[in-house]
Amino acid sequence: MSKTLLNVKNLHAEIEDKAILKGLNLIVNAGEVHAIMGPNGAGKSTLASVLSGRDGYEVTEGSIDFDGTNLLDLDPDERAKEGLFLAFQYPVEIPGVSNINFLRTALNEIREYRKEEPVSAKEFMSMVRERSEIVELDAKLASRSVNVGFSGGEKKRNEIFQMAMLEPKLSILDETDSGLDIDALRIVAAGVNKLKTSNNAVVLITHYQRLLDYIVPDFVHVLADGKIVKTGGKELALELEEKGYDWLTK
Amino acid sequence: MSVLTETKLNTFLSKLNLDINTNAQKEALQALENLDFPTTRDEYYKYTRLNKIANADLTVGHETHHYPAIKDVLVSKQFVVIENGVFRADVSSFALSEVAVNIETISEFSETTAKKDDLFQLLNIAGNHQTVFITIPEDTQWDEKVQVIFINTEKDIITNTHLVIETGKGAEGHVITNFISTADGPSFSNHFTEVQVAENAHIKLDKIQTGDGWYVATENVQQAANSSFKINTITLKGDIVRNNLNIEVGGENCETFLNGAVLTKNNQLVDNHTFVNHLVSNCMSDENYKYVLDGKSTGVFNGRVIVQQDAQKINAYQQNGNVLLSDFAKINSKPELEIYADDVKCSHGSTTGQLDDDALFYLQTRGISKQKARNILVSAFAGEVFDAIEDQKLADYVNGVLHKEFGWTN
Repeated sequence: MSKTLLNVKNLHAEIEDKAILKGLNLIVNAGEVHAIMGPNGAGKSTLASVLSGRDGYEVTEGSIDFDGTNLLDLDPDERAKEGLFLAFQYPVEIPGVSNINFLRTALNEIREYRKEEPVSAKEFMSMVRERSEIVELDAKLASRSVNVGFSGGEKKRNEIFQMAMLEPKLSILDETDSGLDIDALRIVAAGVNKLKTSNNAVVLITHYQRLLDYIVPDFVHVLADGKIVKTGGKELALELEEKGYDWLTK
Repeated sequence: MSVLTETKLNTFLSKLNLDINTNAQKEALQALENLDFPTTRDEYYKYTRLNKIANADLTVGHETHHYPAIKDVLVSKQFVVIENGVFRADVSSFALSEVAVNIETISEFSETTAKKDDLFQLLNIAGNHQTVFITIPEDTQWDEKVQVIFINTEKDIITNTHLVIETGKGAEGHVITNFISTADGPSFSNHFTEVQVAENAHIKLDKIQTGDGWYVATENVQQAANSSFKINTITLKGDIVRNNLNIEVGGENCETFLNGAVLTKNNQLVDNHTFVNHLVSNCMSDENYKYVLDGKSTGVFNGRVIVQQDAQKINAYQQNGNVLLSDFAKINSKPELEIYADDVKCSHGSTTGQLDDDALFYLQTRGISKQKARNILVSAFAGEVFDAIEDQKLADYVNGVLHKEFGWTN
């Protein structure tokens, strides 16, 4: 059996005293792709925020083990250094900060944490060239300010480019398909597929089945009212597409 | 016989025991009798308390016989060192065959642009014995920058340092001024720079304030036709800092650039009062000041621009951006535009905010620690002002101070 990367047990989380997650369980093993689907307000984005350590979310019960480490003890940057990656639903624009420079800083901080040598300028630039091609991201965009002046599709491709650069163990893609036209969706999905190995894993948080035509999940979970209410194979997504969520939440 | 009323200034002056010799000093001292230290009831000192300076027991500074700690700050081969207000010929180094630098005494008050209603300009003239004259002759371009280092090495002193930059027509030059301190307590630097930019002349001035203590620094700049003047005012240290930058644009087709960066922490107070006076038509001024304030520090920005009635076709831009890194830091920002001409383009903007939490979190999720992420965002915010420092060695020095004091570099 392959290694367990993420083990979420009985997770309860709230924001401003409002309970959002109410006993969520999830196990993700290396080499797997999981899709988490569910109606609006079910807690999908909260799950992504809690996993990545965003301020303002309080975990009131339960545990998250990430490859042998208690994730809840770590700051957001330490989670990234341990190999967790979040692709944002709404990537943030950061004027004045070059995409390339910040990525190099990030990569070197991660390497330092892992007691590895910093990346050389030459090695880094060849990584940038090679990996921006995975998502067909224009090299010019790579050197501009982070997400500033990027189209919606370019922002999402930039997220996957960063994922390619940082080589995480576990990637959480939060509504990465939202706002993408079909061509951009295909490029992003192809990028994610290329990055998949037997040692890493992907959690896709999505509202629609559409993305799953391109990134085929091993497991589909339905999140409703803060809990996983049903788990199945990829065929569950098709069933949800047809029937909606009502039959599961009533 | 006149009866002296007991003002704070009188008490202050009597403790100083200034050595008054020249007519200029006498005239300045006489004019001071009508003035007193400004208080927060004065509009232009509303946010800047000078009580600490006014109540301090200060004496006139003297040079030491030590070699002052100027090694780190040296960026040019042509440099003048003023220690505790006194010219140190023995540690300065400039070749008169290459640059015209002279140390002289002002004899008549009318030789200066000092205003008789300005306490600090008058105090400077009354207390100054040596003026540094930098004269760039007509049609001469100086490639080597001239650096003037003002260093205070003793506490509880006042230094009235005076720098005059004069140009001939078509002259081009770059002057770097540094204000530093190695004293183990506050001293008061009351500095006065006069710049006269002749027709077709192009002058750059860097003013780098990286010393602890109290600083009032005034620049009176006059621009003649077809000239340009560019000043970078960088303030990274100082307990109380007040900069008065007064630029009078008296000739057509001039360009004026005012860049400023202020970084503070603890209880610092840094106040920039700038004044661009457009007297004639067809000129451009561009002002950009950025403040990053931490701790319990206070920033003040007052940007005054006047476009006089006959000054048409003026483009005047002003921007002041502020980031508060702590809940206890304060900024008082006031653009002050008075436009009496009707065919002008003027803009001003003032923004104040905190670092963007979403941007911070985004950087953190990529593996960058919170402190480093903050530094990256601060550097991105203030970077354009630091980018305006053209001299690479000076930029390196400033980066060194930024790294030491604030943990980041541009």
